Amino acid sequence: MIEAGYGRERPELTGLANVGGADVGPEGATGALGPMEQFEINRYLKLDLFGLDASFTNSALFMVIAVAVIIGFLHYAMGGRSMVPTRTQSVAELAYEFIANMVYDNTGKDGMKYFPFVFTIFVFVLVLNMLGMIPYSFTVTSHIVVTFALAALVFIVVTAIGFARHGVGFLKLFKPDGLPLPLVPIIVPIEIISFLIRPISLSVRLFANMMAGHTLLKVFAGFIVSLGVFGVVPLVATVAFTGLEFLVAFLQAMIFSVLTCIYLNDAINMHDHH
Amino acid sequence: MEAEAAKFIGAGLACFALIGAGIGIGNIFGNYLSGALRNPSAAPGQFTNLLIGFALAEATGLFGLLIALMILFG
Repeated sequence: MIEAGYGRERPELTGLANVGGADVGPEGATGALGPMEQFEINRYLKLDLFGLDASFTNSALFMVIAVAVIIGFLHYAMGGRSMVPTRTQSVAELAYEFIANMVYDNTGKDGMKYFPFVFTIFVFVLVLNMLGMIPYSFTVTSHIVVTFALAALVFIVVTAIGFARHGVGFLKLFKPDGLPLPLVPIIVPIEIISFLIRPISLSVRLFANMMAGHTLLKVFAGFIVSLGVFGVVPLVATVAFTGLEFLVAFLQAMIFSVLTCIYLNDAINMHDHH
Repeated sequence: MEAEAAKFIGAGLACFALIGAGIGIGNIFGNYLSGALRNPSAAPGQFTNLLIGFALAEATGLFGLLIALMILFG
């Protein structure tokens, strides 16, 4: 079952893989890779866990690198703990304050105890997105498995907090106060669906943004070679898109954490705005 | 019609969802800008709301793009 997920041959990919260069063979043998091949998952260390494929892949490797980068940077930046921050310390404090303000603005005082959760998600997604912008690296967040796992974690945490704080009263989230009785059969199902669709929209947004952006970059990069002298035009476009992709990488990490805060606010303060 | 051709046409049709996303995103940023020019001091406070609206509008279009990719590569 899992074997079908990555290792399989996908001949239908070669049609798109050749978009850029006409001289590339059907397997991309000359070294010029198609736009979709950057998302390929390679197993570095085969591992079978009770029939589950738990191999150490390039995706896992980049997650480990991301965690190492985050811990290393924060440890190094906050090592001095000086009153007048050094340059690296200011960066760490900036990130802290950015998320602290976001959590406070969206969830109020009660939500501040979930600050570490939101901060972890923000920094993890941000560093994964930014690592993906390095040429020849791998974008972990361009796989829906990873983003859905993160979104599912947010969904489960939010639902658990909601039921822990309000008990069965949390179900009143689906029936806003002052709702006229005739509208109940219409609004309540809509509210339930919009609540249940949250992990899907949260994960698809991040995954689709990262995947579409990186595919676009590769497709345009392919045009540079195939257009010859006129390749300058897609070259300029690629440079501009790369800048835009950095913005998207930051923006998507921020939106992911803002939405996490908003969902937390629903669970902590219900519908009323603190 | 060949099944392969129908697949590509279907993927192209699914990308129409991005029209709505484009209109939505343009609406949000346009209205934010006109509001920000009328009252520049209130603009920074609404920046988060702007990004949330942008994200929500964009997500609907990306669902369509996802369908297109699923048709092509799924």
